[in-house]
Amino acid sequence: MEEGKVLSQSVQQSAAAYAIIHDKFGEAVSAFDANETMPFFEVLNTSIWTEIALFMRDNPKLQFNYMACLSGVDYQAEEKVGIVCNFESLGIFNHKLAVKVKCARNGGSIPSVACVWHTANWHEREAYDMFGMSFTGHPDFKRILCPDDWEGYPLLKDYKVQETYHGIKVPY
Amino acid sequence: MQELDIAGMGSVRVTRKSDNVVVLEKDLMTEQMVLAMGPQHPSTHGVLKLECLTDGEVITEAVPFLGYLHRCFEKCCENVDYPGIVPYTDRLDYLAGMNNEFAYAIAVEKLLDIEIPRRVEFIRVMVAELNRIASHLVAIGTYGIDLGAFTPFLFCFRDREHILALLEWASGARMLYNYIWVGGLAYDIPSDFNKRVKEFVDYFRPKTVELYKLLTENEIFVKRTIGIGIMPADVAINYGWSGPMLRGSGVKWDLRRNDPYSIYPELDFEVPVPDGKDSEVGDCLSRHLVRVLEMEESLKIIEQCIDKMPGTEGFNPRSAVPKRVRPKAGEVYARAENPRGELGFYIQSDGKSTKPLRCKARSSCFVNLSAMKDLSKGQLLPDLVAIIGSIDIVLGEVDR
Amino acid sequence: MILTPLSHISMPLLMGNNLNAWSEALVGFNLFGLPLGLVILAAIPLVFIALYSLTYGVYGERKISAFMQDRLGPMEVGKWGILQTIADILKLLQKEDIVPTSADKFLFVVGPGILFVGSFLAYAVLPFSSAFIGASLNVGLFFAIGIVAIEVVGILAAGWGSNNKWSLYGAVRSVAQIVSYEIPAAIALLCGAMMAGTLDMQKITLLQSGSYGFAHFFLFQSPIAWLPFLIYFIASLAEVNRAPFDIPEAESELVAGYFTEYSGMKFAVIFLAEYGSMFMVSAIISIVFLGGWNSPLPNIGSFALNDWTNGPVWGVFWIIMKGFFFIFVQMWLRWTLPRLRVDQLMYLCWKVLTPFAFVSFVLTAIWVIFVP
Repeated sequence: MEEGKVLSQSVQQSAAAYAIIHDKFGEAVSAFDANETMPFFEVLNTSIWTEIALFMRDNPKLQFNYMACLSGVDYQAEEKVGIVCNFESLGIFNHKLAVKVKCARNGGSIPSVACVWHTANWHEREAYDMFGMSFTGHPDFKRILCPDDWEGYPLLKDYKVQETYHGIKVPY
Repeated sequence: MQELDIAGMGSVRVTRKSDNVVVLEKDLMTEQMVLAMGPQHPSTHGVLKLECLTDGEVITEAVPFLGYLHRCFEKCCENVDYPGIVPYTDRLDYLAGMNNEFAYAIAVEKLLDIEIPRRVEFIRVMVAELNRIASHLVAIGTYGIDLGAFTPFLFCFRDREHILALLEWASGARMLYNYIWVGGLAYDIPSDFNKRVKEFVDYFRPKTVELYKLLTENEIFVKRTIGIGIMPADVAINYGWSGPMLRGSGVKWDLRRNDPYSIYPELDFEVPVPDGKDSEVGDCLSRHLVRVLEMEESLKIIEQCIDKMPGTEGFNPRSAVPKRVRPKAGEVYARAENPRGELGFYIQSDGKSTKPLRCKARSSCFVNLSAMKDLSKGQLLPDLVAIIGSIDIVLGEVDR
Repeated sequence: MILTPLSHISMPLLMGNNLNAWSEALVGFNLFGLPLGLVILAAIPLVFIALYSLTYGVYGERKISAFMQDRLGPMEVGKWGILQTIADILKLLQKEDIVPTSADKFLFVVGPGILFVGSFLAYAVLPFSSAFIGASLNVGLFFAIGIVAIEVVGILAAGWGSNNKWSLYGAVRSVAQIVSYEIPAAIALLCGAMMAGTLDMQKITLLQSGSYGFAHFFLFQSPIAWLPFLIYFIASLAEVNRAPFDIPEAESELVAGYFTEYSGMKFAVIFLAEYGSMFMVSAIISIVFLGGWNSPLPNIGSFALNDWTNGPVWGVFWIIMKGFFFIFVQMWLRWTLPRLRVDQLMYLCWKVLTPFAFVSFVLTAIWVIFVP
């Protein structure tokens, strides 16, 4: 199948990119998940996430200059929340790779990569707004979509909406 | 020379001369004013609020505040099954509903790994490109209003009305279509649809020339936009810009070409990028020009779709639509080229439920707007309006 | 004057000298020692202005813009929507007269008044015809230029009194703009005054009458006159805040500029003042450069078109038509052009219009001295 072949080629590119990262950081990153829809690896040693990010952006063989997306995810079963970042080397190698970073569900924190990709600035604020993990080193860390004094983090699976907001009944 | 803040006098310029005599010189205008632009302001294109720190007409800093139109799209998605999300995606970028549905359908189909009938693909591309023209017409028209030219706006809306009528004919709705379903379409297009689209294309071609003369070549318009809000290509990529914004900065990047989906590889069209002759690369005028030229390319795509579209023999628009959408466990990040840039959907499925575990919309407007703070520094107030207009935000997509 | 038989018939029809006699009689008409005649005489142009502002100004602008934009415009109230403006005025009259709590109440109320007075006071010196002039001042033109400056005070009062940042921006921009553009405008008008040798509006008009119609107008008397004509037209657009110089009320930047906080009748008064100023500058440009109430039609042989179409009532017709023409051009520009930026506006004033105004001033002086 023509289409399948093209896809697997892109997965191979991602695997090659992953290999470079794995060579550099070894045990800090998990094994490569070579699925067809979104090949990814996970950062196990969360504290060096910013270094990995810088390496991914600046290494001449990787050059992931474009962060397409950063999504917060609630891993309720693992008692964790995390982010999934989709990277791409836009206009240079055109390889793509997704990275997962996780932290504790209550009061966990992830190093910020807003200084590496400007895209991360607002996306990290959104992830915090929705999931409540904090991003250390973020230049302008506050909620973005919900009001600053909103209680709770709406996209958590066990989120219960607050009864009133400034005297206004919220659930209806 | 150094700047000091002495006893609340604001910024005081201190000059230390050679003989160590200190000269204090208070600036004429040192007190800055906070100007809340929006959420009810005519040119923030919706309910965006910009908190501007101004020194006279000069914007020292403009910080965007979002969330006035936040409708918990992502939370809604977690409580609706996969086909049920389609109408919600319409309400993201409500000026380009077809494109949103298209991006979402691509994402779920990738997760499901299903084949789509060829005619469905052609129809999808055709309606998406029609909607792209409609969306660009709004962008160009409202940009005219932002700069004080009212008439092009109404010309744009007059032409957009024809597209909306066509799409209404196909889907039954003017803006929120629910037409492109996961695995197919809601209905086949009406029997004379292609003929009418062809008529529209023939009608619209001369109108683009008229628009060009009225707005794009207007001396005042050019003076107002050239060299304003320049974004260099590398910074634009770092900001995650996409679509006409990124192409305006001179990066030839179009997902329809560079990460092709659907039948785009079979179609012949150009990716317009400013060459720096008519505008400075990366300024407001470049972004405007890219949108103007893209409409022409969309017309080309539509014509090719009409010519190449397979017939209706044995065609059922819902033949590949799954009875029950329950993808295997996994994640997908799929994206499509929307009028405003890359619309991506990150969908996580647990393999058991008919509802996604997580559905995140990567909105192009949200990402494009995040550069506002950098772009607005040191600009005049009218230029700020020009920059917001050239970013072409739809708050429905920014706030989701 | 060659009088053909036809003109003998037409003269009484057009009342001719009767009108002058009539108006003079009116001036002398006193009731119980009150100069009622003067009041009536002054009221006639004011009634005209009000009617014009209501009908042609607002309704015309809406219809003209609609036709330029492929729309129909107001169509619901009355046939072709002709009663639309009356409906609008009724709505504005019924609206609550809101004064914001934090506004400076005195300035907020007095602002529209000053604006209105400023724009309508100049009508006093406009010669509507050989028989109609409110105040035949020997410095009429000077008075007209000077009184327009009063508007600035009204705008500043409205903008500052509103206690709204957008209003303040609008007011500051407006003052900077009007004060700057008065310079090229005044110099350009001075060129016309120099050609006439007088500042009396009525005399300026009289000097442009003659049997060749338009050929006697100052605009066609000297090739240089085109330059001050254009300069004054551009500067007058800026003075009345019309596009492309509508930056004080730039709706996409400053919401509505200095009248953001106004509603109801106060808003209507500002609106009326704007349309009043539009006609005022149009009338001034037609008086100084286009012969005011003189007919533009020339006498051709025995067809004494000029004679037939001149007279006190024809004069009113001609000056209003000329004014309307320029108002139409103003509307045409408004619905065609985008708006300039603040700095571009100042650039145009100080670096383009003012130097050219000086050049045209010197050239006109040379022309007046050396060309008979």
